[in-house]
Amino acid sequence: MMHGKLLGRIVVALTAVSALLIVAVVIFVMATIVIGGKDTISWEFLTSAPSEGMTEGGIFPAIIGTALLVIIMSMAGVPIGTVTALYLSEYASRKSRIARAIRFAVNTLAGVPAIVFGLFGLGFFVQFVGTGMDQALTGGAELRWGQPNILWASLTMALLTLPVVIVSVEEAIKTVPQDLRAASLALGATKWQTVWKIVIPNSLTGILTGGILAVSRGAGEVAPILFTGAAYFLPHLPSAVSDQFMELGYHIYIMSTQSTNVDATRGIQFATTLVLLLLTFLLNFSAIFLRSRVRARQIT
Amino acid sequence: MTTTNGVPKIITRNLSLWYGQKQALRSVNLEVRPNHVTALIGPSGCGKSTYLRTLNRMNDLIDNVRIEGSVVIDDVDIYDRAVDVVELRKRVGMIFQKSNPFPKSIYENVAYGPKINGIRDKSRLDEIVESTLRRAAIWDEVKDDLKKSALALSGGQQQRLCIARALAVDPGVLLMDEPASALDPIATAKIEELIYELKSNYTIVIVTHNMQQAARASDYTGFFYMGELVEVGETKKMFTSPEKKQTEEYITGRFG
Repeated sequence: MMHGKLLGRIVVALTAVSALLIVAVVIFVMATIVIGGKDTISWEFLTSAPSEGMTEGGIFPAIIGTALLVIIMSMAGVPIGTVTALYLSEYASRKSRIARAIRFAVNTLAGVPAIVFGLFGLGFFVQFVGTGMDQALTGGAELRWGQPNILWASLTMALLTLPVVIVSVEEAIKTVPQDLRAASLALGATKWQTVWKIVIPNSLTGILTGGILAVSRGAGEVAPILFTGAAYFLPHLPSAVSDQFMELGYHIYIMSTQSTNVDATRGIQFATTLVLLLLTFLLNFSAIFLRSRVRARQIT
Repeated sequence: MTTTNGVPKIITRNLSLWYGQKQALRSVNLEVRPNHVTALIGPSGCGKSTYLRTLNRMNDLIDNVRIEGSVVIDDVDIYDRAVDVVELRKRVGMIFQKSNPFPKSIYENVAYGPKINGIRDKSRLDEIVESTLRRAAIWDEVKDDLKKSALALSGGQQQRLCIARALAVDPGVLLMDEPASALDPIATAKIEELIYELKSNYTIVIVTHNMQQAARASDYTGFFYMGELVEVGETKKMFTSPEKKQTEEYITGRFG
């Protein structure tokens, strides 16, 4: 008996310690970032471009680039992911070979390392699709699409985040009561009318959640955009989807590995990291706010 | 063959149905008279709900269902290949056991059917919403709250709203699958009263567990047992002098 009691106490102590350890790590990381970046971060820092060979100035172009990346990625990934989830849960029969193949593909996609997506994006979007477009449009005379740009980077990122969207939308669709589908069909609605007017509106929260999760996943990845569109430094903001762009995560990476003077940019590195974190939090909070509004509308 | 008088609205002949290997209906023959209420009674799992769902082909939604025989509604075999299920369901409305209003406003619930039928005109929709809510005997309770969520209504009101929603597509037949089983006695009485009023304009088939309900609300009663239609006849006669011994035993509460 004594032995059992002692073991129980040890287990409790160990679980408590490891739980505290995680909290401590989070606090430590956040504190390091805030302390390291607080002297650099300012309105000026957020709204100006880098200067003095990237050792001074701000990160405005990287903020804009990240926002554009995330927006284009969502515009491509959320609809495709939603349609896939709809097919899997509403149209495909449970035993269908195609549905099983798609599920297998989605699971595999979720396990592919990010750098592989980057290489795929370079090979497929930039060199195959892009070069093909240049050939078709100008006979290859002008190099416009066959080089890294924000469109290819966003599409690559959309592929990476697709499994996240599909899984969360499918979960949301499953929560739409079968009763409602039956009611709609019994009124003489077609399958598509039922999906469009009942299933999708009642899954909006989940579709939104899928988008948010994709954004927070995508904003934290650098590898997929490494070869597909991110630039070290650009004197002006991207003005077309065929332009390259600067991005926060990539900016942190190059600042800490490729800079001419790593020590001089330390403050910029911390501040950029802080901005990336805050941006992600902000996105998540606005999405949570939107979700609560969708829910409120459903109830009243 | 068991029959009821008059020109039948629905004629079911030798209808058998299997869920996979399991047979749920065994050669059912039943004729349903227009503008009357036909109640289907029987113990759980006897096939009465399954039969009801063959009449608007809701069983199509279940995998591995096999059907033999024929169901003729208004002179058309609804299992004929040329029949459009969507059109069929507009003519044969259904009320479910558990009230299932859409998480939309009261107005939008009723307008759902007309809208999918392509009615866009606001004043026409207003008209349909009001007249069907009146026919479902719920207008006076909700007329000031049409924009409110249907989910805020009580259980009995929700079920009457579902009836209004079904009426809004102007069906000739109304199928009701234990529509009052989840309601309190007062709400149940209101639904029964409504059924009585509706039968002058609709052909109603109602599945019920509640024998008093069948006795009170219906003109004809069919008794299902183990997938077979054991007996059908005028409700009065069924409840006083049934022909089959099984029917009598069930009605007098000796089993089921």
